Amino acid sequence: MIVLEQILNGVQFGLTLFLMSAGLTLIFGIMGVINLAHGSLYMIGAYAAALVAAQTGSVGLAFVSGLAAAAVSGAAIEFAVMRRLYARDHLDQVLATFALILIINQGSSMLFGRQPLFVAIPSALSGSVTLLPGLTYPIYRLLVIGLGLAVAAGLFWLIHRTRIGMLVRAGATHRQMVRALGVNVALLYTAIFGLGALLAGLVGVIAGPITAVQVGMGEQVLILAFVVVVIGGLGSVRGAFFGALAAGLVDTLSRAFLPMLFRHVMAGSNADALASGVSSISIYLLMALVLLIRPQGLLAGKP
Amino acid sequence: MTSDSLETDRARSPTRLLAPRSVAAAIAIVVLLLLPIGASVANTPSATGLMTQVAIYAIAAMSLNLILGYGGLVTFGHAAFFGTGGYVVGILYQHFAERSAFLGLVPGTDSLLVVLLAAVLIGAIVAALIGSLSLRTSGVPFIMITLAFSQMLFFLFVSLKTYGGDDGLMMRRRDVLPLVDARDDVVYYYVCLGLAAGWFILTACLTRSPFGAVLSGLRQNERRMIAIGVAPYRYRLVAFIIAGSGAALAGALMANYLRFASPDMMHWTKSGELMMMVILGGAGTLTGPLLGAAAMVTLETMLAAQTENWQFHLGIILLAIVMLTHGGLAALLRHIGGRS
Amino acid sequence: MMPALELRGLCKRFGGLTATDQVNLSIPPGALHALIGPNGAGKTTLINQVTGELRHDAGTIFLGGVDVGGLPPWRRVQHGLARTFQIAQLLPDETARDNVALAVQARQGHSFHFFADARKNSDTNAQALQLLQEVGLADRATARVADLAQGERKQLELAAALAIRPSLLLLDEPMAGLSAVESQAMVELLRRLKGRITMVLVEHDTEAVFALADRISVLVYGRVVACGTGDEIRADPVVRTAYLGEGDEEC
Repeated sequence: MIVLEQILNGVQFGLTLFLMSAGLTLIFGIMGVINLAHGSLYMIGAYAAALVAAQTGSVGLAFVSGLAAAAVSGAAIEFAVMRRLYARDHLDQVLATFALILIINQGSSMLFGRQPLFVAIPSALSGSVTLLPGLTYPIYRLLVIGLGLAVAAGLFWLIHRTRIGMLVRAGATHRQMVRALGVNVALLYTAIFGLGALLAGLVGVIAGPITAVQVGMGEQVLILAFVVVVIGGLGSVRGAFFGALAAGLVDTLSRAFLPMLFRHVMAGSNADALASGVSSISIYLLMALVLLIRPQGLLAGKP
Repeated sequence: MTSDSLETDRARSPTRLLAPRSVAAAIAIVVLLLLPIGASVANTPSATGLMTQVAIYAIAAMSLNLILGYGGLVTFGHAAFFGTGGYVVGILYQHFAERSAFLGLVPGTDSLLVVLLAAVLIGAIVAALIGSLSLRTSGVPFIMITLAFSQMLFFLFVSLKTYGGDDGLMMRRRDVLPLVDARDDVVYYYVCLGLAAGWFILTACLTRSPFGAVLSGLRQNERRMIAIGVAPYRYRLVAFIIAGSGAALAGALMANYLRFASPDMMHWTKSGELMMMVILGGAGTLTGPLLGAAAMVTLETMLAAQTENWQFHLGIILLAIVMLTHGGLAALLRHIGGRS
Repeated sequence: MMPALELRGLCKRFGGLTATDQVNLSIPPGALHALIGPNGAGKTTLINQVTGELRHDAGTIFLGGVDVGGLPPWRRVQHGLARTFQIAQLLPDETARDNVALAVQARQGHSFHFFADARKNSDTNAQALQLLQEVGLADRATARVADLAQGERKQLELAAALAIRPSLLLLDEPMAGLSAVESQAMVELLRRLKGRITMVLVEHDTEAVFALADRISVLVYGRVVACGTGDEIRADPVVRTAYLGEGDEEC
């Protein structure tokens, strides 16, 4: 039963990773631009939702504010900075967006202080349900799983069943071609960037009650999202989905069960220390494995 | 159009030994050598410490410039090697102080020569491991993977409670050298300065060498290089390893300077700082990293003295520089000096 | 005698599109074999499979009797394969001489040297200058690539290709982008190389093709529809249809 619970936790974590990395992989894959400030949009969503919730107590308002804040910030970033970076090389993009992180992070701590904000799970969504005899699971986390799957389904529909999606798929493999076809690339890029920002903000909003809302939270998730994109393959949303699930499960399960496993073979404190070390880098080890076997990613080329 | 009028910069330079550039370099060298004296005369002893940090970061920036500027490999994980060097020093010192052995096999030491050598060696090994995997990709995935690996090392060291974990490792005293007292700040300044000069010469040799020509060729046009039978992976890996050892050397020197090693030395923001130095100074030039390191350390020190939120201002300055300039300080100076 | 290049049943598909369809080719050493065909016939795709830039789906590629199908491009170069590109690929920051010298250096295999000055190596420089002389660029040795004319860039690329002393030289549209005068010069250059190096010439310029080629293969929609001498090809009705459409038309 504990195993099932941890698997669900892994799936939940994986889905949140997916929502972050889906936006990233689209932006990398279609636009060829690397945006380190993606994590900041996540943070902005989390902060906005947390602050509005604290002020108004309304879950709905908090939810919408978080999304809106992320979307607006994303638009502002795209307009002011990203637009000028599409033609520049990756190094300039990395440095410019790194500078943005510094500005946004420090700006946030100037505005809101360094103390983490704790957001309570909305009362309507707190508590647990009994899924199976002996297995109770928090409603909120189930909701996160549900939301993640819904968004995943929505993205797949968008990419495989709509014209925009067709452009996305084409752009993922033949960016120049899309431009040559006369598609309004500027609009397409803005739309994709906006979508990515929205997804990041969404994750921020729903992650608030589960993790601590503080400056620097964005970068933690960002790097994991990068790893997921690498595992799944650049530009592949499907790859991001399965890569994220794999990463989420590997991370959660290793944290949950490695200490116990290691204690069978070595002394208690050593086992715990080693287990803690290995599980915190388990996702990276997975990435290293994928790099050895299939450097371009597991589902590269399959949007 | 005759070929005479199309001499390259290289063809021109031998006749300009007394050019402003060489004079400026000579002045700079003299200033650096006499700095501690000037500092004590002007009663600003912190200047020596500042320049020590500049020299150390110059080594790290030069090593990054080799793969980033000359090789064209955008890596966001260079701090991994910087931190590795720092921890080699810290761990060996801790075992020395406790009179224990690392993994029960390697005794601790407080000999600066030994730890610097060890740092370079281990930095090379870590770079070989990370490079062999990362270089199987290129472009955006390469950036992400190098970033991820440095985070991996960060988390590894955070979780190693025996070696300080999150709090890092303190060294009660700096490592020692035979004959001179490395614990004296002025002496240590000259040690770092000397090593920085040495690394500068090494880099100059490398970039001029057949190896450097291949590396630069790979950056300019990989297709052309493959067409002449060059295997890109090998050369890039060797460059990566050399760069990693340089960063590890710098990290070891920094740990000794601060008498402190912490996971922050390998945090990705440190990688960002190193990249900023390279870009600020001008990627792909010999003196660029030196200028960049000097500019960054000075800038950070000045800003930090003014406000707690110096990172905010640093971010704005960096953003402005990236958006508005191409080629950094080195290009700017070259412009002023009369050639573009 | 072992053919310099032999292709057997080479196939390449991109999704539903067959770009290379069971191509067979055998070129004896020293010959100049031309590959022609209408646009989209798959000529460059074929070249890219021979060099290894593109992974072929089926068939074998023999270079001087050695099966190179599984080797990466740089490895095939070391087996004696050289190519020039439709758009000349050069090192933009280097001079003409240094572009060639680097190729010489690569061939000599001394590239893991860390302490010599690459650009002051008298041996590689001398060889580079000699090659530049051979292609007619001796007086442009110190020119930067940015200052070279189109024709000169193609000549430079040829010099770099010759620097690795290839047994087989693939030329992907060497006349592309050249003026009439430059094309003449290039044809003369290739004529001088005939017999010394086996060459495969992909070209649209039919005048050059018929002037230089010993044998010609015609590629249409990825298939070789005809293979023979210049005269045979000129007379072949299948070729005329492919190029000129239905019906007899004087060209």
